[in-house]
Amino acid sequence: MSKEMTGAEMVIQALADQGVDHLFGYPGGAVLPIYDALFHQNRIEHILVRHEQAAVHSAEGYARSSGKVGVVLVTSGPGATNAVTGLTDALMDSIPIVCITGQVATHLIGNDAFQECDTVGITRPCTKHNYLVRDVNDLARVLHEAFYVAQNGRPGPVVVDIPKDVQFAKGTYVGRENIEHKTYKPKLVGDADKIQQAVDMIAGAKRPIFYTGGGVINSGPAASRALRELARLTGVPVTSTLMGLGAFPAANGQWLGMLGMHGTYEANMTMHGCDVMVCIGARFDDRITGRLDAFSPGSKKIHIDIDPSSINKNVKVDLPIIGDCAKVLDAMLAAWKSQDRHIDRAALDDWWKQIDRWRGRNSLAYRLLPDTIKPQQAIERLYAATKDRDVYISTEVGQHQMWAAQFFRFEEPNRWLTSGGLGTMGYGLPAAIGAQIAHPEALCVDIAGEASILMNMQEMSTAVQFNLPVKIFILNNRYMGMVRQWQELLHGGRYSHSYSEALPDFVKLADAYGGVGIRCEKPGDLDGAIQEMINIKRPVIFDCIVDQQENCFPMIPSGRAHNEMILGDMAVDLDEAITDEGKMLV
Amino acid sequence: MSLVQDKTERHTLSVLVDNEPGVLARVIGLFSGRGYNIDSLTVSEVSHEGHLSRITIVTTGTPMVIEQIRNQLDRLVPVHRVRDLTVEAASLERELAMVKVRGTGEARSEALRLAEAFRARVIDATTESFVFEITGKSDKIDQFAVLMEPLGLVEVARTGVVAISRGPDAM
Repeated sequence: MSKEMTGAEMVIQALADQGVDHLFGYPGGAVLPIYDALFHQNRIEHILVRHEQAAVHSAEGYARSSGKVGVVLVTSGPGATNAVTGLTDALMDSIPIVCITGQVATHLIGNDAFQECDTVGITRPCTKHNYLVRDVNDLARVLHEAFYVAQNGRPGPVVVDIPKDVQFAKGTYVGRENIEHKTYKPKLVGDADKIQQAVDMIAGAKRPIFYTGGGVINSGPAASRALRELARLTGVPVTSTLMGLGAFPAANGQWLGMLGMHGTYEANMTMHGCDVMVCIGARFDDRITGRLDAFSPGSKKIHIDIDPSSINKNVKVDLPIIGDCAKVLDAMLAAWKSQDRHIDRAALDDWWKQIDRWRGRNSLAYRLLPDTIKPQQAIERLYAATKDRDVYISTEVGQHQMWAAQFFRFEEPNRWLTSGGLGTMGYGLPAAIGAQIAHPEALCVDIAGEASILMNMQEMSTAVQFNLPVKIFILNNRYMGMVRQWQELLHGGRYSHSYSEALPDFVKLADAYGGVGIRCEKPGDLDGAIQEMINIKRPVIFDCIVDQQENCFPMIPSGRAHNEMILGDMAVDLDEAITDEGKMLV
Repeated sequence: MSLVQDKTERHTLSVLVDNEPGVLARVIGLFSGRGYNIDSLTVSEVSHEGHLSRITIVTTGTPMVIEQIRNQLDRLVPVHRVRDLTVEAASLERELAMVKVRGTGEARSEALRLAEAFRARVIDATTESFVFEITGKSDKIDQFAVLMEPLGLVEVARTGVVAISRGPDAM
């Protein structure tokens, strides 16, 4: 279809044609024509945030929990610069976002006009792609192309910068039909010979592991199904990065828990000792590998990734397979079944016996106290109270995030929303709001720290305005806990500026925003208070006062190998497993 | 072992891109943002109808880094094709330079004789100066500039390297 309309009308039309139902934004001078066009329609619901960074994080939470593209609308200048953290976050975690920014009129560009900034220049390194649209007749095509680029291949954020005069100008609208990028055509199907080699390597393995990541989630539910089926058929143990939690069910016996810096002992030791590693949609990040020259030294490595630039970036692999996780896993499954392949059962049994010994250390164990809530305990009780519900968990960044990853158990993909790559404090509340918009009936909980939550606290106002019953579950230890932990372990216990001073009264703060505040200080009150929080159909701030000194273990200190983990004092001793050098580390 | 090898190599990459605003900034930003080296970079439109530009980049790095550069370039949305001419094909490299030399008497005559030996052309002359145009591989131009130094070298302008594969096929 092609039709005359203004640029602003084209934006609304293009969003409608792309199936967009919700838009996270904040108005301003350079987007007023688009806000005027929004005013004249009911197709798309606009969620007014309180800060542009939160608009992007909300769109990320929406996208991550629904599999759809998250859409953002902000104004020029500070609107765009405030969005930069969110865009960088989405780039690092491969979240599909289309962010429309207003720009000053074309004749003012470069004149240091009011609320002007070089948006495409500033966002070039923090987006997958960006556009400045100077001609209204390009606008519809560019918008459709932006959606194509954002969600095809490795997903990511795309910025479309639209000068105000282009929003007013009339031009010809073109529909989304047949619009794809003329050169950007990612490879989705893995090479058949490489898939065969992968099947041969897995079948010949004696100590295999599947190391999965956020790519399995991005690839959609089919990838999780294929992963589960392949794991079932082969009997191979499965671990996952922070970003991949939920792709494989935590209740499954083959699940080893998360790996990496704060991963379980069994997951990291299995990675260290394996002979065939199948990396599926993960990227050998430094939080995963630890010391590179000691990373899984004896293994052959298969790497399945849609992004060729992820291959051999940090770790040299033996068999790269470029393609979409779901398609590659399905092809591997088909080959495995049709060729009736089997793993050496006896070797695999021995491998599992070894893994079970590592599991026996109980590396996540912690000491309960009679009068003080342990942060791990709070998350375990939250999990127990919510596991039978339709629940989405977001987090901020720090100790609470790692404890949530360790102790909340995810059975399905898209339920876990966290800032992995960029590590953005302030992500969790807006992400929970985005998830709640996408899933109005679900229970959306932001597991937070008292420091992180203050970074985007203002979004409580958004939650109240739109009747979003999000729950902010603060593990309040009156410290920037992860900073304090590193200072304790690596900087001689000098707690430089990591103490949360002058904290607000979170219960009163919730009340001031028009939500509900609950404070819980005693272990005995925890279950009742959590139940009360769940029952309230309004935004709740749950101020859970926890042990101040607790550290997050296990921990692989930066620059150390997987077998050099520090464990908590409650972990079971197992002399053979950790080297003397590893014990010396604290 | 799965570690970065230390030996660095010099590679010439040809990159075919959409000739659109910001595309060069994208490529340069990639190199500066990720800490890759640029020894030489040239860019010019090669197809007006196709809106295509060709960027030639000479870079140095370990084999793992060179592979990364290639893949990182390839995933930029406006990039059509990336070829590593150093490994994928026998290729030709040329650079053009303009070399200004000032002098009189014997030095001036010697400069002219050397220019002939290097097949450099005189494209501007005054009674006390020449501007030579010289084309060739980068090291030939380096050598010519070194020889001109004692003869009154004033300044050099160089285009940077352009490269193309031998044989009948396009990149």
